[in-house]
Amino acid sequence: MSQTVAYFEYLIVGAKATALVGVVAYLLAIVFGFAAGIARAEKIPVANTVAFVYVEIFRGTSLLVQLFWIYYSLPLLGVSISPLMAGCLGIGLNSGAYASEIVRGALLSIPAAQLEAAAALDLSRNQTLWKIVIPQAVREMAPPLGNLSIAILKDTALVSMISIADIAFRAQQLRTFTYDSSRIYGVSLAIYFAMALVLLAMGRMAEYYAKPRYLRTWLLRRKVAQ
Amino acid sequence: MNPLAAFRNVSKSFGHYTVLDNFDLEVMPGEKVTLIGSSGSGKSTVLRILMTLEPFQGGSVEVDGLAYHVPGHKPPFCAPERHLSAIRSRVGMVFQAFNLFPHMTVQRNLVHAPMTVLGLSRKEADRRAQELLAMVGLEEKASSFPDQLSGGQQQRIAIARALAMRPRLLLFDEPTSALDPETVGEVLGVIRRLADEHDLTMILVTHEMGFAREISDRICFLDKGCIIEQGPPDRMLRNPRHPRMREFLASIPTPQTFAEREAGVRADASARCAVTMDT
Amino acid sequence: MNAVLAIDTSSNWGFALSIMPILLRGLIVTVAAAGLGFAIALVIGLLFAILRRSSSRLITWPLVCFLEFVRDTPLLIQLFFLYYVLPGYGIRLPAFLTGAAAIGLQYGAYMAEIYRAGIEAIGRGQWEASVALNLGRRSVYRDVIIPQAIPRIIPALGNCLVSILKETPILYTVSVLEMLNYAIIIGDRTYQYTIPLTLAGALMLFVTTICAYLVRWIELIVPRRGIALR
Repeated sequence: MSQTVAYFEYLIVGAKATALVGVVAYLLAIVFGFAAGIARAEKIPVANTVAFVYVEIFRGTSLLVQLFWIYYSLPLLGVSISPLMAGCLGIGLNSGAYASEIVRGALLSIPAAQLEAAAALDLSRNQTLWKIVIPQAVREMAPPLGNLSIAILKDTALVSMISIADIAFRAQQLRTFTYDSSRIYGVSLAIYFAMALVLLAMGRMAEYYAKPRYLRTWLLRRKVAQ
Repeated sequence: MNPLAAFRNVSKSFGHYTVLDNFDLEVMPGEKVTLIGSSGSGKSTVLRILMTLEPFQGGSVEVDGLAYHVPGHKPPFCAPERHLSAIRSRVGMVFQAFNLFPHMTVQRNLVHAPMTVLGLSRKEADRRAQELLAMVGLEEKASSFPDQLSGGQQQRIAIARALAMRPRLLLFDEPTSALDPETVGEVLGVIRRLADEHDLTMILVTHEMGFAREISDRICFLDKGCIIEQGPPDRMLRNPRHPRMREFLASIPTPQTFAEREAGVRADASARCAVTMDT
Repeated sequence: MNAVLAIDTSSNWGFALSIMPILLRGLIVTVAAAGLGFAIALVIGLLFAILRRSSSRLITWPLVCFLEFVRDTPLLIQLFFLYYVLPGYGIRLPAFLTGAAAIGLQYGAYMAEIYRAGIEAIGRGQWEASVALNLGRRSVYRDVIIPQAIPRIIPALGNCLVSILKETPILYTVSVLEMLNYAIIIGDRTYQYTIPLTLAGALMLFVTTICAYLVRWIELIVPRRGIALR
């Protein structure tokens, strides 16, 4: 039992790297996802095609191949990049492609009646997008984006392959010392599962707070404060 | 003679909502019984309990000497699966929504259960299916799929499918309520032939009063979960005793009152038209 | 290691052309592993889905926890777990099979949800008609429910197949000689990683695109009413 605790203490250090990569990658994914999703949904001239190519490439190929590509070949092309940045960027780009589909789907799901009302009120395209469409689409996006956070958590394990000292990396290291694979990987799985449960709970809360009445009163309060 | 099906002091509720309360019913072999009543009176529930689709909480139900509750078994159904299976082999049911298997041809719909459950060979099952298709008048549709048939044809196939299992008791849960008026007649015709030519015990739930009068030996009126009045069809429908039943019958448009109403509407409409044309 | 054939490093195009055969050989292994993993997942997923509908809470609660656990933890760690732990219990499988098993397990957990949604979408009337005909549970699932559920779940299962294809390079980590492994080996020997990895990516994109069309074709072929039984 104390052995298991010792393993836990060794592995939990890796959780720092896991969390760091996960959070940065998630933020990048949101940025890329919104950029590409809006470009595709609004059919903005050049950006639309760039986004399309981006999404097809990063959704159509393996994350591991993408990570290796960034880690191994960018330096050869003159761009020096730390493993940590490579990991965050790789997962961020990959998940951003999936996020862009989520964003695009949510934007397109806004009923045409809303767009017609906005046009009748003489709102510009930009105003329509940012003041009307996106706030409503956010509610649609919340659940799938919550699931995406868990997918990213699982993806972070792959950065152990480009020598980032996360949980998976430390588990591999530990195994070479003690060969007690079942306990080491069992504890690793438990740590990942605990983190996933936290993300699930956060996702559930985000869905609750994104509910219409909550959002409405929150927006009202902000208006009043102004 | 022992009743084929018997409900004794049966109570059933969905949560807090009581559907059946002190319900008693006995159906003799070969008898044709129709249950009538307004919605929520429990008529369909009676059939569903008999078909082991719904459990019940109090009282006892018996079919062909088999009790539905076996002591020592847990709710909801209070009986082992094999026992329930024995009960189901005696009872068949025709549903309002037909519930044919859409991915099977008509022929397969008819032979599947006899082959799988009764162990008939494909040849024997095919032969039985042929006879049944002839009886319902749909031999040429054997290799069609249900979605290629009209509602009335589907319901006739559903009746044949239920008969293929040779049940002793056949239940009809509003068999024509989901049909277009034109096809109602062909289904009722099949049910009438069944009633006349076979010794089958039947319990029907229907709103077709005229039909109920023609084929039933007995009509039972349900209200709020128990039988308020029952008796021979002619007496029941011409001379209802209980006030609730009189209310109920008055609210249903019989063919006579429907025709009168329609004539009245047409007379009004033509009168109005005449007025406008004059001005 | 006889995978190093004549690699022409004189020019970029020559390089690319000479390593293509090697990568293609690896691609076959990748696709085979993905196919096997998919097949395993299809079977396991159906089993999980049916077990999940059991009326005994002793079965469903641990199963639900187990499935959530498998779904929410990294495939990499699950793969390592199986790879390093199974031999200790006397099960010595080649890495290829262990990899396919790990993929099959994780995606089986996903497919359990897919099957469940498909099964629950079948109207209650079908179950009631089956009860009225006294059909046994096995027959109801096998002959009535599953054949009707399949057309509805083909898109989701197809997505799983594409995802499996994209995750299969993970088998590189347990030294399976699949496409990514060959690409890295070529890179290690020639210090040119860009072209092998780019080609590997392009091949993967090609395969997943074909797969997506294949799934759409199957969607068209399978009749909407269900797998026909005559």
